[in-house]
Amino acid sequence: MNGDAMSKPHVDSYAQDLRSYCIGGVLALLLTALAFALVAFGILPLFERLVALAVLAVLAVVQIVVHFRYFLHISWRSHRDDLQLVLFTSLILFLMVGGTIWILFNLHERMM
Amino acid sequence: MKQPLSHPGLNLGSTDEYSHDEAEPVIFGFWVFLMADLVLFALLFATYASMSVQGQAGGPTPADVFDLPSAFIETMLLLASSITFGMASLALKYRADGPHLVFWLALTFLLGAGFIGMELRDFQTMIAQGATPQRSGFLSAFFLLVATHGIHVTAGLVWMLVLLLQLRVQGRTTAVKLRLMRLALFWHMLDIVWVCIFTFVYLFGVAL
Repeated sequence: MNGDAMSKPHVDSYAQDLRSYCIGGVLALLLTALAFALVAFGILPLFERLVALAVLAVLAVVQIVVHFRYFLHISWRSHRDDLQLVLFTSLILFLMVGGTIWILFNLHERMM
Repeated sequence: MKQPLSHPGLNLGSTDEYSHDEAEPVIFGFWVFLMADLVLFALLFATYASMSVQGQAGGPTPADVFDLPSAFIETMLLLASSITFGMASLALKYRADGPHLVFWLALTFLLGAGFIGMELRDFQTMIAQGATPQRSGFLSAFFLLVATHGIHVTAGLVWMLVLLLQLRVQGRTTAVKLRLMRLALFWHMLDIVWVCIFTFVYLFGVAL
């Protein structure tokens, strides 16, 4: 279960753990503020609509990765099945959400 | 003895090896629950994504009813509470006693309660404008999604109160430590869900 040859012994200390939360906190605050500023100060309407939405979605995905990495401590180094579970769940979510949106919007267009 | 990272969240390995050994299966089980909970939220998101565009029924649009600055402050409150919970986790791991743990948990509770308070006020404003869940499919899906998150946060707050009480009565036993570690995962996960709500509901709604 633990201590397999693949994982290097991880030395954790108070300073290191504190740094992890601080980096995560600062990045998350910056990303949220950036996304909000883009919309609130009307910078986004200058872009085309789809580009604008894509920029916001990318910022959200980056922030989610930051939360997983620095708050939940999920990384390539975490062994056992934690990371696989997240990735598999993401795949399922992508299929379900993407599929729902695809089908319903297609149907919506045909009904117009 | 230093331990490798072996489960999600902060590991106690380097300061409390016994609790760390107990933690692995318990935390992994909770992690499976969290992933299942994410599936629930994802389907509510999918419903909202369709309804917010196709189900307006001639009623208000997202841009009409959303208060973006208020949602931004709520995001900041929840984000701050995630950071303070991180500090509580550090206190749990590195400070065997002293008031730090209770202080950070109490601060997290206040930030979370502030979030819920602002959210309820937003709902009240919307309902006063006639944007009730019955008005349109968009508003039904909105209240369903955002209130499901709000109920999760409220459950987290109750959980936090219970653990504060247990810390007082039972002290820092292994069982209480493991419960705190699971609450930390739950809390951080809810923050992730809120990031999605802020972006895909509020920002998208106003930007569209």
